Amino acid sequence: MASHGNNDIENLKATELTLRPPGSDMPEKPTTMATKCNKRPIPDSDDESCRSRMDETEEMERKILAPPPKAQVVGWPPVRAYRMNSFRGRKSDDAEENAAKYVKVSMDGAPYLRKLDLKVYKGYEELRGALQAMFKCFSSVGMEGSDEYEYAITYEDKDGDWMLVGDVPWEMFISSCKRMRIMKGTEARGLSSCA
Amino acid sequence: MREEASEMSEDEEAGGAKERWAPDLGGGGEGGGSAVPFSDRVLEIVLENVLQFLTSRRDRNAASLVCRSWYRAEAQTRRDLFIGNCYAVAPRRATERFRGVRSIVLKGKPRFADFSLVPYGWGAHFSSWLFAMAPVYPWLERICLKRMTIADDDLSRIAHSFPLFKDLTLICCDGFSTVGLAIIADKCRHLRVLDLIEDYLEDEDDDEVVDWISRFPETTTSLESLVFDCVAGAFNFEALEALVARSPGLRRLRVNHHVTLEQLRRLMARAPQLTHLGTGAFRSGSVGAEAELDLTSSFAASKSLVCLSGFREVEPEYLPAIYLVCANLTSLNFSFANLTAEELKPVIQHCRNLRTFWVLDTVGDEGLLAVSQACRDLRELRVFPLDATEDSEGSVSDIGLQAISEGCRKLQSILYFCQQMTNAAVIAMSKNCPDLVVFRLCIMGRHRPDRITGEPMDEGFGAIVMNCKKLTRLSVSGLLTDKALAYIGKYGKLVRTLSVAFAGNSDLGLRYVLEGCSGLQKLEIRDSPFSDSALLCGVHHYYNMRFLWMNSCKLSMRGCKDVAERLPNLIVEVITDGTTNDAEEVERLYMYRSLEGPRNDAPPFVKIL
Repeated sequence: MASHGNNDIENLKATELTLRPPGSDMPEKPTTMATKCNKRPIPDSDDESCRSRMDETEEMERKILAPPPKAQVVGWPPVRAYRMNSFRGRKSDDAEENAAKYVKVSMDGAPYLRKLDLKVYKGYEELRGALQAMFKCFSSVGMEGSDEYEYAITYEDKDGDWMLVGDVPWEMFISSCKRMRIMKGTEARGLSSCA
Repeated sequence: MREEASEMSEDEEAGGAKERWAPDLGGGGEGGGSAVPFSDRVLEIVLENVLQFLTSRRDRNAASLVCRSWYRAEAQTRRDLFIGNCYAVAPRRATERFRGVRSIVLKGKPRFADFSLVPYGWGAHFSSWLFAMAPVYPWLERICLKRMTIADDDLSRIAHSFPLFKDLTLICCDGFSTVGLAIIADKCRHLRVLDLIEDYLEDEDDDEVVDWISRFPETTTSLESLVFDCVAGAFNFEALEALVARSPGLRRLRVNHHVTLEQLRRLMARAPQLTHLGTGAFRSGSVGAEAELDLTSSFAASKSLVCLSGFREVEPEYLPAIYLVCANLTSLNFSFANLTAEELKPVIQHCRNLRTFWVLDTVGDEGLLAVSQACRDLRELRVFPLDATEDSEGSVSDIGLQAISEGCRKLQSILYFCQQMTNAAVIAMSKNCPDLVVFRLCIMGRHRPDRITGEPMDEGFGAIVMNCKKLTRLSVSGLLTDKALAYIGKYGKLVRTLSVAFAGNSDLGLRYVLEGCSGLQKLEIRDSPFSDSALLCGVHHYYNMRFLWMNSCKLSMRGCKDVAERLPNLIVEVITDGTTNDAEEVERLYMYRSLEGPRNDAPPFVKIL
């Protein structure tokens, strides 16, 4: 009875109509349900576990059909940062994960600084891309190809030293970066050639 | 939460629905008497004496339009200058027209800047205004800024330029630090009010932070209000205690969360005449019941308290200390206090005269029921979410809203964050609370329908605009079709401020609003399917509005340029963020009328069409 139940549920999952392309991740809750269903049955009464699996199946059905949890949207719900920051202290671990990490970014020659949330990016490539987009209006020289060594991205770490971006693992970089500076010209070439 | 805060409220507007946007009469600087016949001048002087009693800016605007003589007289006698959009008029034009200004209120960034939708560095710098005012307003007494950037240099300049300076209020501002505050404290010898409300101070390393509280003069001060709960750093408590002791006129004090209950007790002992107290945190610095007893007597001695706030990191066992003042309270802000219904009930039961109540949703529907039973005179309620994410648990719902509507019949203003809502509850509120002026409902899950019927929330919001005849401000949410917007356009004739998010099906929705809401002055829209053709529907009205903000809709450069071309006095700003690749797509649009043409301080990510 138990193994039939397992197969049924697996087939159900495979043929179920969803709102996502096949193979994409299922939302967390149904996945948990699925793994529960696929576990070895508890050696209690078979009827009970079968019934509970049926319930789980129904719930899983409902959850599969429900839209997946949406990605967080900027500025929604509309609660001021002041208020959100006030509660950060309570959430300890969550706070560490979810809190933004804004650092100032300056570029030599640009009249304005910008601020970046480092947590938004998954790695150095994305960061470079974002910096390029942000500062391209200030740079008359394109930032691609042979012009690569015309600039260097540097950051100030916790000890107050200026380091070249890219040497340490991304997570370590995020935790130690206090601010960033895009250096141009000879200064940059000097740094790059040492690297 | 001051009564004066209504000045900054989005609800008050110069001109109102009847003001037509007309080009500036006679330019600036026509105050010269030489060209005016003597008899006329006499009449003008008489008029000036009469007009000085006119304080409402709406009345003053009307008076100034009567004729040139009245225009001049009004300009001479206006003491309070209100600029709702700092880019609508150049500082020079304002200072040339109004020569006798004593107080200025300036608003800068659009409200959606509060929600990270306006990139850092967009504008609204106070310095250009200060530069124009410093030489011509030596008698300036009051500056009130909202969502503007003010640097330490600006604070220094204020301190040095205005010898009679009395009142500095900064709301949601940024750009300054304790360095600037120290200069204000030190140099402004007549300072009465220093209110720092939800500002974002510049980051300072520990060794950069200045002990600004110690910089107030050693003598008796004229301080009446000191609000600094947003100045997050630790400070010299002894200096504050001494300051409070030598400020006999102090009525409002709101400290930051570094103050313990023991320290609060000491402050209250020094200032038993306080009317408004912000406790910062509400936690003891030590353990022991002794602290509680003393606290009760502290509150007992503060017979004038009408407004309490703070209560961050609240330790509920100390709350009974405030029971004695609850009966006198007209305003209570628990919106940073993580309290359950059980912890709230004994407090709120004492608060029979409460007019304003802000609270966290942790008290749940049950807590709101208690509020509805105790606070029959409530005029303003705000329920904030502890966990401001879409998928959070949600502790308040339509049940709480229904309860409030049944108990608090005199309600005028409500801001309510929740996860679940029903049309029935909203309809009930529309009928039970006919005095509603402000209705802001935020169902945090996007496109969320009626919890019970699964229907869109159209009927609920429709009932609000239909039944609440005094409504001037509305924020909508939940699953909404064009029908909801049709209701708003049809019945919301007095609506001045409208916020729309994730709503509507088609251009019709925006069209209904733009064509129907004849009193509309501030319109904010996000993530709704409105395109260029809908935008064009408002061309007849945009000059009557303070601004229009739209982000993540379906606008293109072409449509925005079209509007810009048709309305030369409208500034059309397209704000890019480097996130879109399509040059035609308009991600963020901010439009506002202006006498000046495109501003010259726009950063590179702002394109003015």
